[in-house]
Amino acid sequence: MKFRHLLLATLAVAVGVTGVFAAKVAAAAEQFIPMLVYRTGPYAPSGIPVANGFRDYYTLVNKRDGGINGVKVTFEECETKYNTKLGVECYEKLKNKGSTGASLVNPFSTGITYQLIPKAPVDKIPILSMGYGRTAAADGRVFKWIFNFPTTYWSQASAFIKYVSRKEGGWDKLEGVKIAHVYHNSAYGKEANPTLKVLAKKYGFKLTLLAVDHPGQEQKATWLQIRRLKPKWIFMSGWGVMNSVAIKEAAAINYPMDHFVGNWWSGTDADVIPAGDGAIGYTSTAFHDAGIGFKVHDDIIKYIYGGDLAKAKENNIGEVLYNRTLVNAMFGIEAIRTAMGKFGNKPMTGEQVRWGLENLDITEARLKELGMEGFTKPIKVSCADHETMGPLRIQQWDGKKWSFISDWIKPMREVVRPMIEKAAAAYAKEQNITPRAC
Amino acid sequence: MLYREAGQFKTSYAKDQAVFPIIQDRWFIALILVVAYGVVPFVANEYWLQAVLIPFLIFALAAIGLNLLTGYAGQLSLGTGAFMAVGAYATYKITTAFPEINILVVFVMSGFVAAGVGVVFGIPSLRIKGFYLAVATLAAQFFILWLFNKVGWFYNDNPSGTITAPPRTFLGIMVAGPEATAEVRYLISLTFLVIFALLAKNLVRGRIGRSWMAIRDMDVAAEIIGIRPLQTKLLAFAISSFYCGVAGAMFVFLWLGSAETEAFDIFVSFQVLFMVIIGGLGSILGSILGAAFITLVPIFLTNAPALVNLPMPTDLGKHIEEIIFGGMIIFFLIVEPNGFARLWQIAKEKLRRWPFPY
Repeated sequence: MKFRHLLLATLAVAVGVTGVFAAKVAAAAEQFIPMLVYRTGPYAPSGIPVANGFRDYYTLVNKRDGGINGVKVTFEECETKYNTKLGVECYEKLKNKGSTGASLVNPFSTGITYQLIPKAPVDKIPILSMGYGRTAAADGRVFKWIFNFPTTYWSQASAFIKYVSRKEGGWDKLEGVKIAHVYHNSAYGKEANPTLKVLAKKYGFKLTLLAVDHPGQEQKATWLQIRRLKPKWIFMSGWGVMNSVAIKEAAAINYPMDHFVGNWWSGTDADVIPAGDGAIGYTSTAFHDAGIGFKVHDDIIKYIYGGDLAKAKENNIGEVLYNRTLVNAMFGIEAIRTAMGKFGNKPMTGEQVRWGLENLDITEARLKELGMEGFTKPIKVSCADHETMGPLRIQQWDGKKWSFISDWIKPMREVVRPMIEKAAAAYAKEQNITPRAC
Repeated sequence: MLYREAGQFKTSYAKDQAVFPIIQDRWFIALILVVAYGVVPFVANEYWLQAVLIPFLIFALAAIGLNLLTGYAGQLSLGTGAFMAVGAYATYKITTAFPEINILVVFVMSGFVAAGVGVVFGIPSLRIKGFYLAVATLAAQFFILWLFNKVGWFYNDNPSGTITAPPRTFLGIMVAGPEATAEVRYLISLTFLVIFALLAKNLVRGRIGRSWMAIRDMDVAAEIIGIRPLQTKLLAFAISSFYCGVAGAMFVFLWLGSAETEAFDIFVSFQVLFMVIIGGLGSILGSILGAAFITLVPIFLTNAPALVNLPMPTDLGKHIEEIIFGGMIIFFLIVEPNGFARLWQIAKEKLRRWPFPY
């Protein structure tokens, strides 16, 4: 009987306490940014550097600059495990926090981005899905609230094919070349497929699509197929534990690593280190530098870690995904700053931040002020183009660090943009959206 | 003292066969319904409705569906996620092809589609039993999701393979799509749950439910007294899948708004099975209580550290949540293997004697 009393007491307490937490706490004049993170589960290898990057950049803005034009940045983490259902719960929990609600959301998951896209115009919270999410959202006329600059999966796939054509010695040499796309069997992984299919038809290369099921720990069958197929190039859209497993498998079948190109989500330190020497020569796309040679890193080490480089390294500083998150966080902060330029130095609402994102113009000079000179490319967003189709580079792992092996490659706008507009129009029709004039 | 049946005489067969024969029970249920319909939508904020209550209602419906099959008819199934997916994809296909059909009608139509698929995958149940049947239904789980992922027709060939709920209205009010308010979606989920729970309750008390239980308890004996296993088992699969299908349609159209097949993976099947086991096999109330436990407790545990102002890194918090939740499941199963439904019964019996237990 004692057990049962205990049980009833537990339940009573549970019910009682649950009732309390709906109460809202009034917040001071601060700019709130929700953080949907995944530090646990099969996607943690990718999720941890991302979460640390956001945290460090926001903290840096507060400690170094005293906030954005004097307005402190506040943020709160919510664990999603890269699970779309938990992502929605986190979003609902965080969207009304802070004095003006969530200013923008960085889902860092294509699946969660898909969930949030329809909600964004209703909740008036813009989504910055930097280089992921729904590619069609690049059409700002239909997707007013969604931003996926500096470039998208489709642009990336076209740049990859451009890179292959250069390596092969010209567009005409692509005829008959076998290219395999190893992808995470989800909305994310499938994104590149339509572009690759269109380009395969146009240039005559032989495309094979190989899906790897979530979470990607088991890929023996896929790599057996690759062994049989012997593709000359492999493109990979992986995430989390899938990446390191794929690289290990590729090393195990002695696949030439410099012909194995990951997309920008499949090329971080946590992906290559587990494969050891086997990963040497592995390449991936990127739109920013790796390593810690920039002023922004010095600032982070100085202001956040008190000069303790080892501690900063423990927190993933300089890793590819960490650096990418710095770029992402910087875009968000600069968008808020842009909005303040128009609406005044006070906490911005989601609607104002959306304006800031749409009018974001980061020049080379501004990058230098931010300590990111040469770190990434300048960017200018417009009403119609939420992507900007920025260029990207190919980076290679030499066993210790990443270094660039190509110059900046421009995506093929003439191929990708019409596809984006078509897909956006189809979405607008399905959802009864009238595209705005730009 | 308060909960006594003394003096409540049943003077007609109808009274004797009522779902809730005791007046206090009727009042209690009426009170819950009044609160659920009249109070909750006005006091709960969007987080509560969207992240807590709507998924609870939807999972409760799915759990009732699985309980009909597993708890009442004794057929173990691991295909719940797939049957929910059938409902969701069927709704998407029907409503995008025929936008003029009322979305709530489409939900029911998708239920019938799911029922048809359920019958097909229920056929092996005639030859195989128990754990072996579970493996056969597992095939449904993997095959159906693979099909929806592979064949573009199911998601109208959009590049990412996700289905998105288009805006749909009912009596001029938005019920699906991003513009639909959480209150409306909550009320619709609640109404579906109330109607289908009542239907299920009556179903299991009647001829069909009794034949299911006969098959469950001893199929040879059931056959001898004239119950035909083929029809009975397939009917159980059909009705169970119907419930799961409707729940799946609501899952996408009233809760998530958009989904890919991954949203219906094997873990959904397990989750619903756990709800049924923890709630109590062979109990409609148990399905609802089990759904409440599995959906609400993790959310409570996630929010608990913040409530008591205990700062905790998110990853540690998540790990602790999973440890505590797993521990609670084991605790409840040891304390009461028959689930919450049995606990509820014990509580009622205690209440009868309160405050003078002997």
